[in-house]
Amino acid sequence: MPKTLPVVTSNVTTRQKSGIGSALGQVRQLSFWAENAAPIGLIALVIVFGILSPVFLTLGNIQSMLIAASILVILSVAQSFVITTGGIDLSISATMTLGAVGFGLAYQANINFWLSVIIGLASACLVGLVNGVLIAKGKVTDFIVTLGTLSAATGLALILTTGKPIVVSSPELLILTTGTIGFIGYPVIIAAAVGAIAAFVMFRTRFGLHVQAVGGSEEASVANGVRAGRVRIAVYLICAFLAGVGAILLVARIGAAEPAINTGYLLNSIAAVVLGGVSLTGGRGKIFGPILGALLLTALANGLTLMSVSPFYQPLAVGFVVVLAALLTRFRKK
Amino acid sequence: MAEPLIRLQQVTKSFGPVDVLKGVDFEAYAGKVTALVGDNGAGKSTLIKGLSGVQPYDGGVVSFEGREVHLTNPRQASSLGIEVVYQDLALCENLDIVQNMFLGREELKQGTLDEAAMEFSAIKALQSLSVRTVKSVRQKVSSLSGGQRQTVAIGRTVLRNAKLVILDEPTAALGVAQTEQVLNLVRRLADNGLGVIIISHNLADVFQVCDYISVLYLGNMVARLETVKTTRDEVVAYITGTKVLEGVNE
Repeated sequence: MPKTLPVVTSNVTTRQKSGIGSALGQVRQLSFWAENAAPIGLIALVIVFGILSPVFLTLGNIQSMLIAASILVILSVAQSFVITTGGIDLSISATMTLGAVGFGLAYQANINFWLSVIIGLASACLVGLVNGVLIAKGKVTDFIVTLGTLSAATGLALILTTGKPIVVSSPELLILTTGTIGFIGYPVIIAAAVGAIAAFVMFRTRFGLHVQAVGGSEEASVANGVRAGRVRIAVYLICAFLAGVGAILLVARIGAAEPAINTGYLLNSIAAVVLGGVSLTGGRGKIFGPILGALLLTALANGLTLMSVSPFYQPLAVGFVVVLAALLTRFRKK
Repeated sequence: MAEPLIRLQQVTKSFGPVDVLKGVDFEAYAGKVTALVGDNGAGKSTLIKGLSGVQPYDGGVVSFEGREVHLTNPRQASSLGIEVVYQDLALCENLDIVQNMFLGREELKQGTLDEAAMEFSAIKALQSLSVRTVKSVRQKVSSLSGGQRQTVAIGRTVLRNAKLVILDEPTAALGVAQTEQVLNLVRRLADNGLGVIIISHNLADVFQVCDYISVLYLGNMVARLETVKTTRDEVVAYITGTKVLEGVNE
């Protein structure tokens, strides 16, 4: 059984300042950085880009950054539920694509807008259901299952659309992209609402507690009567549903349902969750952290673009930031 | 003597051709600590798994509070008031003490977790065991020592209104001071009127805290001794089988 002695360490640091004390102080500082990687990184980026680019901190740019971040925020919250249980959803972007295609095809077939939205969400949820059942009941590794559904959902989207984008021009989607309350766009409000509801579910409900418990120790949870299988199916369903919500926002933004692969969203959603301080081994439930992580990644891309850095450098920068954040998590307090 | 809280009569259990329990009689009383000792492979774990409902017995009669019961699954055993604290304690290190004590039985208020009520009950349960070693019930279990973790696991059985608490090797892997702590806790459980069964290899612990000692040898209950009327040598003799032919019971 691992024994940690936080009480003793803090006593030592307060008592003596030199020698061991200062070394411990440094460790404490590192753990502080590790705990707050996302907010510190975000503030640092805002300051750096604010100085380097006169446009970065203008209201217009902040507005467009927030709108650009909204889909990633939703996907990161979705991914966070899965990763808190110790799983991973590699199919999240493919699920979003399938959701978009489902919505697009339904709308194209002259189905009512809201019904089309429901069809889009349902087609996304179908992927989540397959993921959840295979992982919880079939006991197949999450990595393999979602890698499989990533491919299957992408293929399905291509087959259904014969590889061509479906143009969707609906007045509702126009309102969704252009509408604002104050200076805040609807997509941002939707993302904020998703974040708030997710935080409530994760930290105030029995289900959220069970999500964290299963991620901490599935054996112990089951021994105490937690239905771990149901919890696992539920998190993959939640993840897929939110990917469906992201799909509607994506179609609204592009104006078409594209059977594109969107790998960027997959990697960034995992990156945002890691930046947000969620452990990939599970058990550390966080919602606000991943949201900040998503904002950070969006600000990074936006700032680099404003500074006319070639977009080829963006994946490099994202990769660097994520690996740095992962390295910092080693110094996190237990 | 009063009616036993739990009484097993001629219980049997086989795994394929192997008879692990060959008609075992066993009883434990409310307010008393009963030790279950025996060498590896004697059938202690199998006996306990039957009591907890994890692996139901093949045959025999089980009476709880004077009534015949059939222990078929853990939920049902738990609803009767039988709780087992396993060696791995079944704690989630990433959750705090209150969350662990209520895991799977959370109290709700308007659909959300009733944190205040759960915290209050957790503190009350720990106080009833005179636990002073835990600073805050909002500490994560990962920050607790082995003895404190055992305390949380035992406190959880109190919260669940257990009548019979079964502890599997509660002092294995603990230091001297922590062992003392846990044994005190065990005594207090019994003093609060609960029946306690301890599985242990450590006879020093057994003699310190138990009222009765039951010895299993190769699937048979070979002795049921009163701690004050026996000696360590006698118990060891029963455990190792050197005294098995001399007959059974007091």
